[in-house]
Amino acid sequence: MSRQNKVIVDEAEGYVTAKLAGHWFALPISAVHEVFLLTRITTVPQSPPGIIGVLNLRGRLVTAVDTRQILGFSPAANELTMAIGIERQNELFGLAVDQMGDVLRSSSAEREPAPMNLDRRWREIVTGVQRSDGHLVLIVAVDRLFDNVVTLASA
Amino acid sequence: MDGMDDLLAEFITDTYESLEQVDIRLVELENEADGTAMVNELFRMMHTIKGTCGFLGLPRMAGLAHAAESLMDRMRNGEPVTHEAIDAMLRVADRLKQILAAIEANSGQEPEGSDEAIISALNEAGSDVPAAPPAEAEADAGAAADESPMAAVAEPTGDGGASELAATAMTPKSPPKAPPANDASTKPAAKAEQEKAEGGDQGGDRSIRVSVETLEHLMTVVSELVLTRNELTEVMRHEERTNHKLALQRLSTVTGELQQAVMSTRMQPIGNAWRKLPRIVRDVSSNLGKQIELEMSGANTELDRQVLESIKDPLVHMVRNAADHGLEMPLERIAAGKPEKGKITLNAYHEGGQILVEIADDGRGLDVDKIRAKAVERGITTAEEAERMSAEHVFSFIFEPGFSTAATVTSVSGRGVGMDVVQSNVERIGGSIDVRSNKGQGSVFTLKIPLTLAILRALIVGVDDEDFAIPQTSVDELLKVEPGGPHSIQLIKEAPVLRSRDRLLPVVDLKSVLQLPSSLDEMGVPRNADENTRGFVMVMRARGLRFGMLVDTVARTEEIVVKPMPAALRGLEIFSGSTILGDGRVIMIVDPNGVRSAASNPSEAAVQAVNKQAEEIEAAEDKQLLLMFRANTKNRKALPISLITRLEEISLADAEQSNGQWHIQYNNELIPLVWFGNPPDPSEGERKPLLVMSDAGRSMGLLVDEIIDIVEDSVEVQIPSEEVGILGSAIINGAAAEIIDVSYFLGLASAHWFEPHMNRKLAASMDQILLVDDSVFFRNLVAPVVRSAGFDPVVCESGVEALDKLEAGMVPSVIVTDVDMPEMDGFAFAKAVRRIERLNHVPILALTGLIDEDAIQRARAAGFSDYISKLDRNGLLQSLRDFTRPRSEEIAA
Repeated sequence: MSRQNKVIVDEAEGYVTAKLAGHWFALPISAVHEVFLLTRITTVPQSPPGIIGVLNLRGRLVTAVDTRQILGFSPAANELTMAIGIERQNELFGLAVDQMGDVLRSSSAEREPAPMNLDRRWREIVTGVQRSDGHLVLIVAVDRLFDNVVTLASA
Repeated sequence: MDGMDDLLAEFITDTYESLEQVDIRLVELENEADGTAMVNELFRMMHTIKGTCGFLGLPRMAGLAHAAESLMDRMRNGEPVTHEAIDAMLRVADRLKQILAAIEANSGQEPEGSDEAIISALNEAGSDVPAAPPAEAEADAGAAADESPMAAVAEPTGDGGASELAATAMTPKSPPKAPPANDASTKPAAKAEQEKAEGGDQGGDRSIRVSVETLEHLMTVVSELVLTRNELTEVMRHEERTNHKLALQRLSTVTGELQQAVMSTRMQPIGNAWRKLPRIVRDVSSNLGKQIELEMSGANTELDRQVLESIKDPLVHMVRNAADHGLEMPLERIAAGKPEKGKITLNAYHEGGQILVEIADDGRGLDVDKIRAKAVERGITTAEEAERMSAEHVFSFIFEPGFSTAATVTSVSGRGVGMDVVQSNVERIGGSIDVRSNKGQGSVFTLKIPLTLAILRALIVGVDDEDFAIPQTSVDELLKVEPGGPHSIQLIKEAPVLRSRDRLLPVVDLKSVLQLPSSLDEMGVPRNADENTRGFVMVMRARGLRFGMLVDTVARTEEIVVKPMPAALRGLEIFSGSTILGDGRVIMIVDPNGVRSAASNPSEAAVQAVNKQAEEIEAAEDKQLLLMFRANTKNRKALPISLITRLEEISLADAEQSNGQWHIQYNNELIPLVWFGNPPDPSEGERKPLLVMSDAGRSMGLLVDEIIDIVEDSVEVQIPSEEVGILGSAIINGAAAEIIDVSYFLGLASAHWFEPHMNRKLAASMDQILLVDDSVFFRNLVAPVVRSAGFDPVVCESGVEALDKLEAGMVPSVIVTDVDMPEMDGFAFAKAVRRIERLNHVPILALTGLIDEDAIQRARAAGFSDYISKLDRNGLLQSLRDFTRPRSEEIAA
């Protein structure tokens, strides 16, 4: 259903970067509500895969999303600590990440399209790749990421 | 431009509201002797719509409103109110609503189309009928003459409405032909209050319009404030400084008041959801030719806007059902001795923090047998189960998807879509529906709905170190369970049950329902609650069923602010929402209905059966000797000794097989063998105990594995069993045991062995035996025995019930009654029967556990014909045969 929404990519100048399972990802700043610590998570019995649980962020209910599972990584060895808050249909989701990075400035000229040989699941999510500080940053289309959350949750 | 849009939006809202009112007033007008006030009001409404439409440049609507206004004006001046006129006005209201919807969709543009058909119907309506004062009649005639050319012009244009026009043009010409078939009258009891309220509105600026979003936002903010207050209270609990405490107390009070105030802004009278109903009832009555009176009371009962929204459609559906299915056609009603006009009653009131809405009709009522048959046909239940079910349980099938017993599908209802949707809508907001119905007398549907969805009193319970909230309204009772305590969990076939107040309660372990890690042992095998379980059992009700829910701890009760489930978790039917506790943690709110459907064990039938039994059973005082044994499974099984002729031990090698039936030599005759589970294996050659039972000269042998004991106890079947051959479970000597259904085995044996014999018996006209016994066990036991002997037993639970039947004209061949019964004992009952002259010839047999000389003397005095020991079944059958034979012969001669 979120296909109808415009895919948020180029309009944003700045990107929030975060590290997950050894990869750097970037999300447009305009899509990010806030960044917060994942604490006091309530796990919900029988919740679908990809959902860690729910927590209270200053009186708001946040669904903590297991980004590793969504992207097909193995579960984290250590406790998840940080989350990127994304608002979707008046609900707040927290995408769990291993580590937060700097804000990345980017223009379309600096970006390359996602390589053809990328995993199909990733190719749907990653809209471009950019080199920064000697490592590759994968630029993520938030709406497409949420399509995955929805498919996982409804599976 | 924007200003114009706002104006238009406001106009649309206003006009929708007044059109709702128009509907109501029109229907009232039709049923009111003096409708002057209503005509005036309708005139005013139409006039306002006309004026605003002219201003906003909506010529189509203005034209319609003008024609309607003119008709109202003529009525104001004395033209009679006819059915056709009301019809035409209702069509105007409908058309205006259509146009409004189109304007809304088309960003302010009126849709293309012609309304001439309706307008000419309006102009013609009533003009044929001469009004009483001649002077006005002339004026009317003039008006009609003026307007008739318009109709004449309209006809040949051949637009879409031409046929409609033709139809309506015909009707006014034959008013006497239309009988008052659709005499739907409505008497809103709260009408006066409603009008008063509206009068207040018109009076001045006592109320203002606030958008729903603003209110919702306000509510959210207040909820957050309540949470913050709770959090603060939690923090300050350990704080000693008193000046902080005072401030906190004030904050707490003010927050509470604010919460109340904001809640009250969301409250609306339930009458708002009823507005459409008079019109709907009128349409149904008009379509089906029924006469229906709609009575509404408690329209001022207030409830949360959101709740109101959710029950609007269910209410419409149920009222429509009542009008269509519930109420009979006028002729049928007259034949049934009821008033020709059917009645639907709506009643709303507060009770225990909930709102109850009753939708009652005095129609034909629900047909238990029909629903039962339909349920069996659709495979929802088996014929056997259905037979045992309470009427209440049978009624609950009407909420199954696609369930309809209506023979024909009408335009109004009967397609079997609906009641399931009604139920799910109501349950979604935490409500429930109950049905009561008496065949021939009507049905009552009761909706129980929460006042508000936003705040809930809940029990906070712990399972495996996780907390959950349970709505307090669904918890009846809280029991502590521990081994050796007053309450402890027992197992029946691995299903945990709890004995509470002499009832067996199926226990659902929340741990297993939620599939928490601790519900499995190290090997991944489900861990069941058992005798050693400690914890708390909450006795709950969901969809009319009682069950216990097992949790580890119960912390406290708390007022919680309900938050919707996060979207990604909405598929979990076991939770109805979430909440944030005072300490800031998020916890889930458990939905009792979800738990009930998620708990596969105990099965629904078992849960239901327990309820039925629980309501019926009073502990039977009669103790009897029971043979305890094992067969096929490990469970203890029990059989009253009185039913057993002899205990034998046989070698299977001696058994003979023919036609798939096993026999064994016993007392120089071959008797059929029956068994539990799989057929015996004769090659084993081992000796097995055999229970020989005899009935009317025929015998059979029941093979068992092991005889355990003979005990004396009272028997109370608590959980009827789904397994064939088992009546159900009961507690005997403090532990659960299965009670054997002898009639099943008798049937099994006779199916092969005694078939011709049975058929002959059944073919003869069956003698009716009235059986009175307060003990469920004996009713269950004696009735099948009597039936298998070829009689037709009619079972009553008490002397009072039996007398009712006798006084209603029943003449049984023999009356068999228990002597020791509460309220009216056997002696009193016999005396009462003897007073009925018509029953003088009917023998009365007394059944008792105790026979002594004194008792027999008393029995004779009371008018008993014979006195039989309760345990002497052969004696009973012999006696029945003796008392029925002479009469049959008399008749034959």
